Amino acid sequence: MIEVDGISKRFGPIVAVDDISFSISRGEILGFLGPNGAGKTTTMRILTGYIFPDTGTARVAGYDIFESPIEVRKHIGYLPENNPLYTDMSVWDYLEFIAQVRDIPKSERRRRIDEVIQICGLESVIYRDIEELSKGYRQRVGLAQCMIHDPDILILDEPTSGLDPNQIVGIRELIKELGKEKTVIISTHILPEVSATCNRVIIIDRGKIVADGSPDELSDMARGKLSIFVSLKAQKEDVEAKLSELPWIESFTEAPSTEEGALRYKITPSDNDGRTEELFKLAVQNGWVITELYREKATLEDVFRQLTTQDEVAA
Amino acid sequence: MSNVMAVIRKELKGYFNSPIAYIFIIVFLTLSSWLFFRGFFLIGQADMRPFFSLMPWIFLFFVPAVSMRLWAEERKLGTVEILMTLPLKDWEAVLGKFLAGLTLISIALLLSISIPIAVAYLGNPDTGPIVGGYIGTLLMGAAYLAIGLFASTLTENQIIAFIIGVVFCFTMLIVGEEIVLFSVPGFLAPIFRYIGLAVHFSSIGRGVIDSRDIIYYFSVIGFFLYLSVHVVQSRRWR
Repeated sequence: MIEVDGISKRFGPIVAVDDISFSISRGEILGFLGPNGAGKTTTMRILTGYIFPDTGTARVAGYDIFESPIEVRKHIGYLPENNPLYTDMSVWDYLEFIAQVRDIPKSERRRRIDEVIQICGLESVIYRDIEELSKGYRQRVGLAQCMIHDPDILILDEPTSGLDPNQIVGIRELIKELGKEKTVIISTHILPEVSATCNRVIIIDRGKIVADGSPDELSDMARGKLSIFVSLKAQKEDVEAKLSELPWIESFTEAPSTEEGALRYKITPSDNDGRTEELFKLAVQNGWVITELYREKATLEDVFRQLTTQDEVAA
Repeated sequence: MSNVMAVIRKELKGYFNSPIAYIFIIVFLTLSSWLFFRGFFLIGQADMRPFFSLMPWIFLFFVPAVSMRLWAEERKLGTVEILMTLPLKDWEAVLGKFLAGLTLISIALLLSISIPIAVAYLGNPDTGPIVGGYIGTLLMGAAYLAIGLFASTLTENQIIAFIIGVVFCFTMLIVGEEIVLFSVPGFLAPIFRYIGLAVHFSSIGRGVIDSRDIIYYFSVIGFFLYLSVHVVQSRRWR
């Protein structure tokens, strides 16, 4: 659906996007992650035709952004950053204007507007001026605006910013639902959002792609060792002696236990091969009772922090 | 064309949903009637010419006030990003905004028709100069509007857009005046005389509709609309 081919964009001395290439196919929900000023918004603006890149090009739904910008825009629904809206218009007037420019035939216009109003839960504010609406409702108006022509591609720049937790869950559900048949790109710096909605993640930092993969793949990429936590009911000296004999254990420390009479250890392995099974067997051999045994999982936060801060240290 | 229509309707809703349009119209009608009738009863002639000779000066402030928001507000609110990512050509957006402003000016002018009616009731004025005066005023208003629209593309601050608009319109208005023509080098004088808005306006105001004046107005409108499209387009490359 989208092929980005070596795009770069400078604003004066600042390189906002630096030779980025990637492609997205139908049905993917791509999360665009990066610190503020990493180039997420610029990339999205280039894809939607708001600005042109200095070098490189992109094809959206088979159309080149330079050669057929109007066709490109027809296939995209775009929610810009900060969700700008014509505040002096009513919700209905605004959606009607968008529907007109989006070339929705007059006979279908009413039905389409009613449909997005229902999807976005705007029934109670249809005739209110956008000015009077709360932030949550405004965000829904923004979403209604970008879905009205049933586009193949949705590009949403921070779609959940400023919403309360319930609204965020609602919007995420909506995005997931839409992602079944459309291509969705969302940008965010809220990491749980990506794990919750996306099936692919691109991490971008200072204009360059630093990681690309599914949320799980990226979690696995997290370097450093993942700790194993184990709680046991056994003799302390015995356990510690046996643990220190294991070759794959780099170190272990006693961790605060939540259970009465149980020992809890945080084990740092020297590799990432699991090893929980071996611990279980060891416990069985020695007659220890295991009350807890799990391997810590790296979160996207870890990946994100590693990838977007390591260069700074080097530089 | 349907895109242009959609933009016109959107802009008109913007004008008429807020008090702006009503304030413009009321202020325009009050000011022009007051200034006209104040002299009208002193002179005691059923003549509309003093009314039309006021128009370049009233429009000088009225028209840039109409046009100042057209692009500046879009940029201030950020909605320009919505507008420019809709399947809409840049010239369609510019033309739609221009025609919406022209509609508002036309409505204001149309409502001032009570003045010639009053004059006709009190005396027996010539209809030719009145019709010519209205056509000339509308053309001049359209030229001011194109200039004001261009000024509005240059900034995101409406007040600055208004001031730039007034300054540009004022310059266009006076360059053809004798006092300016005396002070410029001789070879520039005919060019300045042609560019000046006032000269073309006064000849139409006499009831003489000359194709050269019409061409002049359409050139000014076309030129400034072209510049506006150019500015709007060039923002995509920044």
